Amino acid sequence: MTRSAQWLYGWLLLLPAITLLALFTHYPALATLWHSFLSTPKGARPATFVGLENYHQLTEDPIFWQALSNNLWFAIGTIPASIALALLMAVWVNGRVAGRGFLRLAYFTPTILPMIAVANIWLFFYTPEYGLLEQILKAFGASSHNWLGSKSTALTCIMVVTVWKEAGFFMIFYLAALQSVAANLAEAAAIEGASRWYFFRRVTFPLLMPTTLFVLVNAVINAFRLVDHIVVMTRGGPDNATALLLYYIYEIGFRFWDSAYAAALTMVLLAILGLVALAQFWFLERRVHYQ
Amino acid sequence: MSQVYAARGATHALETAGAWLLGALWVLPLVYAFWTAFHPGEFSTRFVLTAPLTLENFVKAWAAAPFARYFVNTVMLVTMTLAAQLVLVTLAAYAFARFEFPGRSVLFALVLVQLMIMPDVLIVENYRTMAALGLKDTIVAIGLPYMASAFGIFLLRQTFKTIPRELDEAARVEGCTPLQVLWKVYVPLARPVYLAYALVSVSFHWNNFLWPLIITNSVESRPLTVGLQVFSATDQGIDWSIITAATLMTTAPLLVAFLLFQRQFVQSFMRAGIR
Repeated sequence: MTRSAQWLYGWLLLLPAITLLALFTHYPALATLWHSFLSTPKGARPATFVGLENYHQLTEDPIFWQALSNNLWFAIGTIPASIALALLMAVWVNGRVAGRGFLRLAYFTPTILPMIAVANIWLFFYTPEYGLLEQILKAFGASSHNWLGSKSTALTCIMVVTVWKEAGFFMIFYLAALQSVAANLAEAAAIEGASRWYFFRRVTFPLLMPTTLFVLVNAVINAFRLVDHIVVMTRGGPDNATALLLYYIYEIGFRFWDSAYAAALTMVLLAILGLVALAQFWFLERRVHYQ
Repeated sequence: MSQVYAARGATHALETAGAWLLGALWVLPLVYAFWTAFHPGEFSTRFVLTAPLTLENFVKAWAAAPFARYFVNTVMLVTMTLAAQLVLVTLAAYAFARFEFPGRSVLFALVLVQLMIMPDVLIVENYRTMAALGLKDTIVAIGLPYMASAFGIFLLRQTFKTIPRELDEAARVEGCTPLQVLWKVYVPLARPVYLAYALVSVSFHWNNFLWPLIITNSVESRPLTVGLQVFSATDQGIDWSIITAATLMTTAPLLVAFLLFQRQFVQSFMRAGIR
């Protein structure tokens, strides 16, 4: 094939995908930036350039700061927990545990359920007075508590649901990686007299590093991308205690229809995701213990 | 871990107990949901072994909202999105894997942007675009932002690159055009990856919620997830037996498919993750 035919084929094959990507990923990302400098058009009043006013509003908006800090706590609370549980699950179902097939199934099932269905089930689980959680606690003599309705516990309850949903998903990546750890490594280490925990800490875990990085990046993105359960379980309440950044964007954009302010908020979210991307590149550059 | 380091004795017993405890915790909410859905309302929070089983909750839920229509919508959404994705992703991956053209690496980087900035976070602008295109409240609008899938392009490009060029060249010598080579050599050899991608895509779009919630506004275009939310938030008050029945009903096809094809599902998710 001639060079120009190669060029033509390459571009034509890409054209449909690139067009759609440009329309629904690149353009909206840039348009968000542009619209964050405009005001929201109201009635006959068109949008005007207002410079950094939306960002100024953002710095003075206590709900924004609360949503941001909620989201950080949500990330801190869910990511390490779901990764640690995923690793534990993978080690267990990779070993000789009785009923391994059932356990794999039990751990993995939440992954394929829609988040909204999961949220409905857990909403019932947390129901005051007669939900299952209340009944169990009552049996132990604890006093009644409105788990999703009080500021001190609502976000934690949401985190539990998220960990429950995600751990099994991350487990399968660890499981795949564990199965590829060469058996002769373990034999060599055993001959050298390394303990089981020592072998895990010094050999298996470092070998799992690429998987951990992959899972970590996914977990971070999900922590900022998934708010389905917030919509179903708390609607950001009580008193914004469970408002996450994307949920707040949804509220501002589609309840208050303030598209300019929503654009400024989206820019914050895009900046966070950009930082995650940079961090990932930086780590990959340094090649954390590859092979 | 290998046999040498398998747990023994007391440790083994302890770990088995731990694994089962965690497993029990993991299935508890589901078992609870099943209990509530298959028993009359008065037993929804009372656990008596003699409680009578019933399907009435499902009957009531089915009658209380247009779930049949929601099912049709979701099936249409999932099929349409997957079909478009398969075509677009195949063509793009082929271009990146086997053609030399100016701008290739820049364009590839531009594709990868979508892995980080998924359409899920660009809801405000994409809503504006859909309104401008006159596509608001249509099933097409739900799927459109996801059709050019960076994840799929990446996955398939990796696969196509592992296919020996000799096969490609042999087909060319036989007189195949590049598109025929794609269809006769690359697509058949990548079949397991297509299966993996299809399963991941179908479960993602079956479960997707926030974007469909925003862009749809009528029974004619709402997928199951949004229909379920509308149903349980407004129509129902707090009749948990019926809500739980509806929840299980909307998830049933996916759950049944998963239980039947467990191995393929797990392997597909694994394959899709290793890159």
